[in-house]
Amino acid sequence: MSEAKKFNFIGQRTIRPDGHDKVTGKANYAADLALPGMIWGKILRSPHAHAKILKLDTSKAEAMLGVMSVATFDDLPSVSNEAIQSGEGAIDSLDLGRNVLARDKVLYHGHAIAAIAAKTEAIAEKALELIDVEYEVLTPVLDLHEAMKADAPLLHEDMFTQGYPEQPEKPSNIAARHELKMGDVEAGFAEADVIVERDFVTPTVHQGYIEPHACTVSYNTEGQSMVWCSTQGHFDVRASTAKLLAMPLGNLKVIASEIGGGFGGKTTVYLEPIALILSRKSGRPVKMMMDRDEVFRASGPASAARLTVKVGGKKDGTITAMQTSIAYEAGAFKGSPAMIGGMTAFTPYNCANVYCETFDVVVNKPKVAAYRAPGAPQAEFGAEMAVSELAEKLGIDPVDLRLQNAAKEGTQTVYGPKLKAVGLVECLEAAKNSPHYKTELKEGEGRGIASGFWFNIGGQSSVTINMNPDGTGTIVEGSPDIGGSRASMQMMAAEELGIPLNDLKPIIGDTESIPYNQSTGGSRTTFATGMAVIEAAQDVVQQLKERAASLWNVTPDQVEWRDGSAINTAGEGQMTCAEICAKCEKTGGQISGTGNVNARGAGPSFAVHVCDTKVDMETGKVDVIRYTAIQDAGKAIHPSYVEGQFQGGAAQGIGWALNEEYVYNDDGVMENAGFLDYRIPLASDLPMIDTIIVEVPNNFHPYGVRGVGESGIIPPLAAVGYAVGDAIGANVSELPCSPPRVLKLIQEKG
Amino acid sequence: MTKVHVTTSINGDETEFLCEPHDTLLDVLRNDLSLTGTKEGCGSGDCGACSVTLNGRLVCSCLVLGVEAEGAEVGTIEGVGEADNLNVIQEKFLEHAALQCGICTPGLIVSTQALLAENPSPTEEEARYYLAGNLCRCTGYDKIIRAVMDSAETMRGEG
Repeated sequence: MSEAKKFNFIGQRTIRPDGHDKVTGKANYAADLALPGMIWGKILRSPHAHAKILKLDTSKAEAMLGVMSVATFDDLPSVSNEAIQSGEGAIDSLDLGRNVLARDKVLYHGHAIAAIAAKTEAIAEKALELIDVEYEVLTPVLDLHEAMKADAPLLHEDMFTQGYPEQPEKPSNIAARHELKMGDVEAGFAEADVIVERDFVTPTVHQGYIEPHACTVSYNTEGQSMVWCSTQGHFDVRASTAKLLAMPLGNLKVIASEIGGGFGGKTTVYLEPIALILSRKSGRPVKMMMDRDEVFRASGPASAARLTVKVGGKKDGTITAMQTSIAYEAGAFKGSPAMIGGMTAFTPYNCANVYCETFDVVVNKPKVAAYRAPGAPQAEFGAEMAVSELAEKLGIDPVDLRLQNAAKEGTQTVYGPKLKAVGLVECLEAAKNSPHYKTELKEGEGRGIASGFWFNIGGQSSVTINMNPDGTGTIVEGSPDIGGSRASMQMMAAEELGIPLNDLKPIIGDTESIPYNQSTGGSRTTFATGMAVIEAAQDVVQQLKERAASLWNVTPDQVEWRDGSAINTAGEGQMTCAEICAKCEKTGGQISGTGNVNARGAGPSFAVHVCDTKVDMETGKVDVIRYTAIQDAGKAIHPSYVEGQFQGGAAQGIGWALNEEYVYNDDGVMENAGFLDYRIPLASDLPMIDTIIVEVPNNFHPYGVRGVGESGIIPPLAAVGYAVGDAIGANVSELPCSPPRVLKLIQEKG
Repeated sequence: MTKVHVTTSINGDETEFLCEPHDTLLDVLRNDLSLTGTKEGCGSGDCGACSVTLNGRLVCSCLVLGVEAEGAEVGTIEGVGEADNLNVIQEKFLEHAALQCGICTPGLIVSTQALLAENPSPTEEEARYYLAGNLCRCTGYDKIIRAVMDSAETMRGEG
């Protein structure tokens, strides 16, 4: 990409094209669609965390007046356990089916067992009470260490730990063990003058999107069935649902509604297959909505983790070895991002000797889903806490220690490739020079700084730009707009076409409008879908030039495209986009451009956060008093929405560090399944969150873009955690730093 | 169960509806009157996505029964402004990029309108505490608070 590239639109703070609909209440979200003849579906959920289903009799419920249909696992055609693409990773379809509707066993409190569709919600709820279920209650497995023991009760009798050279003899709750290593950690620690070794614990947390899962569906026996739902990836909803119901993809149309937050949690299916079964069996459109309690108990959470971290450094500040052992809860079915924890933990460091051992462990809790940089925050929390402690013990400024050992272009990663150009050094320098870092702390205040690394992904995106006879255009893209991405797509298309922003309308097409498009996740949308938009716009420009050439009777290479107009370089003449589009009928029909890409080279985005806290020594309550989020965007297409990603990630990370956790009783029942008791940050909990956008271009994107959606949630855990410890003069090793935990640390310190 | 006949005023329009005695105002607005701009995030009064005004007072419509709207004046997001004639608060939310997914936005705008009606010159802290009942998971509130403070300034004629 050229350094001197000058932009007309990129980098401006435009008004998002979907903004008016969203501030006036006109935008339609998952629960906003009603269809004629629609009935309501409700789910019966397990009252036990671990139990065998001895009997499931729905006959009384089916006989109730107003009940239209019932669904259980038996309504799912038998599926093999092949992998389906689902958001940021593949998912086992047999597990997915058993998560959607339990078979033989319930594996967490809130696990769906059966569903009923009735003429009203009230009738459906009443009918659930008539379903007769007999259970043999089993001991729940709720703690990682307990789950990993050889004599622990098993969730799955047929699960053997993957990752050893030979299959173990006995089944286990450890789904997989992996090792990542480079260099020689023993030799590295032998060289070290100071070694820090510590255990860390992080809780189960929820993505906490404000919009509960919901869908409205209509099954059509002869033609095409329809699903309307809130999802980060409607093509993946189609793939999963079609797989579970053994339908050809072409028989299912999925429409992505506006999405009220996802953060990774809306990359799989919960309701959609059930609703389609209920619709098929009743012949009526079916609407289903989770309530907040169900959202907490049966969707989303991110893995709780336990890890041991050991880092060693020399007096001159060289980090000589980094090692961790990581165990992540997968919930009821395998597939936690434990290995990603190992891959990301130490990647901010140019260290030759690294060893990571990771365990994916099933427990009787809901199956985990992706949550913003899935797997990274937990592991990097431990790593960054240890590095900050190492800096303190070596008597080196924590930013300087990180700068001295910072990963940069050419640094070997433990997971394989060497890093391409990245902006960690620039982020650390920006942190050091920030007004925040130069602010002196007062008595009783503490400071933490932490880095965060996330890979980012590219992948498949499909875009069509349809030009209209008046010269305006519609950008049909397949990436649900979760945080303002339509604005970026509009800007990128306008940049290439040179026509006014408002002449271009971005829409999210359904699964019939465009080819397959990966989900909005992995910080891929602005990067990969943006690339597809640029290609589609360039395709349109090429066609506009060809049409102008034919009207001027010159060759297309004699036509230049400048500021939204064709220029005849072989003679006199200029034609605007609108003038060319108006004459399409005479030059061969209408114009549409396509950009179907499989984008490679997503540039990692590093983040560095600085946090100052003040702790009430009597209550243990922590206030974040100053916060700065710094991150490499490559090139910020729309700076306001880039800052918004930094701030949103920071706020979620602050919540994770300070308050958020699933609280379970001994029976495995979550005791705080509501926003009152599972406390996400409120406006009154946070200060302004300052941002610094660093731009180290990603050479694999025409404008230099790096995804920015995820890295921002990683540093807060350690930045806040360390700041709390610094304020009270103790070592924080367990999150969240909620008042009782902080008070205990204060009291133990004496 | 017998439905109850309710006569009310919604955004200045006289409106009649029939509802079950247990139906919430939120259910009535969304399911019976197709006013889906008011959102449901929790159903327990914790998230504020369903914020409306009832006789000028800010309430969570999920905690109000439909029958309580009898004879009352209800204000929803649909009454705040129009796409071609936005209210200052709506404009400022767009200018400041104070929304990402947008699900909390209608509730926040209704709450901000109530805040500024009560207190045209809130401090940042007052704004943060007044809006503490409106959860936003996307933005970290920074841009929301800037939009609110800028709205206040503009409405006072200082902007």
